Amino acid sequence: MSVLTFKQGIHPEYHKELTKNKPLKKASRPEEVVIPLQQHIGAPLEPLVKKGDHVKMGQKIADTDSFVAAPIHASVSGTVKGIQKVLIPSGQKTESIIIESDDEDVIDDTLKSDKNIDELTSKEIIDTVREAGIVGLGGAMFPTHVKLSVPEDKDVEYFVLNGIECEPFLNVDNRMMIERSSDVISGMKLMMKAADVEKGVIGIEDNKPKAISNMRIAVEQEDNIEVEVFETKYPQGGEKMLIKALLDREVPEGGLPLDVGVIVNNITTAVAVFEAITEGKPLIERTITITGEGITEPTNLYYRIGTKVSDLINEAGGFEGDPGKIVLGGPMTGAAQHSTNVPTVKGTSGIIVLHKDSVKKFDPQPCIRCARCVDSCPMYLLPLKLSDLSQYERYDELDKYNVQSCIECGSCSYICPADRPLLDYIRIGKMEDMKLKKSSQ
Amino acid sequence: MNNEQLIVTPNPHIKDSTSVEEIMWTVVYALIPAVIAATYFFGFRVLLIVAVSIIGAIVTEYSFLKIRNKDLVINDGSAVLTGLLLALTLPPSIPLWTAFLGSVVAIGLGKQVFGGLGHNPFNPALIGRAFLTASYPVLMTTWVIDGTSTATPLSRISNGEALRIWNLFIGNTGGSLGETSALALLLGAAYLIYKGYINWRIPTSMISTVIVVTFLSGANPIAHVFAGSLILGAFFMATDMVTSPVTKKARWVFGIGAGLLVALIRLWGGYPEGVMYSILLMNTTVPLLDRYLKPRTLGVVK
Repeated sequence: MSVLTFKQGIHPEYHKELTKNKPLKKASRPEEVVIPLQQHIGAPLEPLVKKGDHVKMGQKIADTDSFVAAPIHASVSGTVKGIQKVLIPSGQKTESIIIESDDEDVIDDTLKSDKNIDELTSKEIIDTVREAGIVGLGGAMFPTHVKLSVPEDKDVEYFVLNGIECEPFLNVDNRMMIERSSDVISGMKLMMKAADVEKGVIGIEDNKPKAISNMRIAVEQEDNIEVEVFETKYPQGGEKMLIKALLDREVPEGGLPLDVGVIVNNITTAVAVFEAITEGKPLIERTITITGEGITEPTNLYYRIGTKVSDLINEAGGFEGDPGKIVLGGPMTGAAQHSTNVPTVKGTSGIIVLHKDSVKKFDPQPCIRCARCVDSCPMYLLPLKLSDLSQYERYDELDKYNVQSCIECGSCSYICPADRPLLDYIRIGKMEDMKLKKSSQ
Repeated sequence: MNNEQLIVTPNPHIKDSTSVEEIMWTVVYALIPAVIAATYFFGFRVLLIVAVSIIGAIVTEYSFLKIRNKDLVINDGSAVLTGLLLALTLPPSIPLWTAFLGSVVAIGLGKQVFGGLGHNPFNPALIGRAFLTASYPVLMTTWVIDGTSTATPLSRISNGEALRIWNLFIGNTGGSLGETSALALLLGAAYLIYKGYINWRIPTSMISTVIVVTFLSGANPIAHVFAGSLILGAFFMATDMVTSPVTKKARWVFGIGAGLLVALIRLWGGYPEGVMYSILLMNTTVPLLDRYLKPRTLGVVK
């Protein structure tokens, strides 16, 4: 059978073998969790608890009236030790609620409903998804209830569940599809009902044969859901690449998948929806791959959101050798950390530790115009040109080269033989271009 | 852990291992079959010319970098490649000092005055050759094979002689060092295309254009492909990364333009050979081609 794909892109070394056969295990309960108030794209939250309060596991601890936001919940039961600014994985300092565990895991079950799943209305599903604080768990952390609330004027034809997982090293979606294929489908069906979409597609890269076969078995009884296989290529999991490869539709510049009749959600998000609706469990736990040559025992884990990175590294047997770089997320788009004393957030799907001797600081050389960046850009931009315009502060010309279409996948920086920091310059260019556009309005 | 030692840089955190150095040296290695073939047909003097030309290039590169207070990056292979390419465009009887002078001009005027690697608008080796052709026309057009002077196959075509294509293909014919053995050049070029270090669109469109135009004008297209420096030029000089376009559409146009110019110069121009000037002329169009032949950004409607 032929596999689907988009044009261009790159083929990095995947290193998936480190953890692809490691079943998901539960991480042990941390003594303390640090839960940042901003773990989603959208409005900031207001704390609902104060220092000294006792909270139950699953209790909502911060919320807002804004639509584009997702509440957060305590991932342990215990005492609120304080609310203070803490360094989070993105590198910002954010107000966070610190909870000391009482080792009891006393559960709050406000979210639990007695209703039969089949009787739930679209609105009820969306409301529960919101109350459960579910966001896109692929890493973008966009509130899922917003995605499922399709505007009146939009017609959604396809619901795509993204099991591509094109980032090297990561295996969380892969393991979820292998171990919990029926929960994935149940969650997907709930989301399809919420968004009122008829046709469903599950996209998986061809380097995950076990996930493909398990998901195929799980959809056998489903007339309207299919599994499609994609070529293993980065960034195949980008929404725009996925939609182009699957349907040959192009998400318009500045637009959303909704504009071409598609909603894309992540595999792990579907399981979170399933658990919220059927068990009344808010998003207080998710999966992570802890891996890399600098980790003693590469592992896939369920962990409580807010667990510190240092605790999770210990769960994976600690460091192997001298760590040189610690990345949260995947190696292509994740963020390098200054310290392991940072909390995990809802979007944290990986911890990758690279050895000191294999982490190089790059010394950029002159561009030789080899065009490898041009030939790998999945958006058909000219990264060398954008980077040059930005470096020499010719910001007014960036718009002609569609700088805002850059999805920041990093393929250009990855492939550059002159080790030029193309994406860094393009990011600066995007910001400067936005400033110019705002000031001319 | 709060480790001072942790390296924090923006993403991506992994990188492809191919380096500029690797690309340049691989192109150099890909030209070795052509050097061997030239040595076989013209004798050991070929190796002297190649050596002198490369030394001239390295000495010039080094001097300029030193004067400009830049890192002395000689081992990146780019100067060696320019010296080697220039040597391959020279006739086997060229005096060694001429080869040396040519490579000094190639690196000095062709590359370093523009700011060094990556900044030159023209193919440096061809600048060196153009300088020599203009300054020493007699030395540059004296061709010897098996101890006797001959005209090059292209001048013989101009004179209406019939040629044995097989001799042209393997290289047993008069001409510059590297323009003789198409077989040896194509071996190297095939490897580079396989590695992705030269782009196939430019040689494909350039050679096809020459075939079509020579055929339509009643000339022998096969002879025009294998005689002269079309193979060397199309695969190794028109594809020079620094001086050729970066977009796919622009590469097609660049190749077609170069091919047209080759055919025009050869069929109706004053020179028997036109590859050098066609590529240098097309080099001037690169910024314009890249600007107007951009690919359509995904999701952007024109």
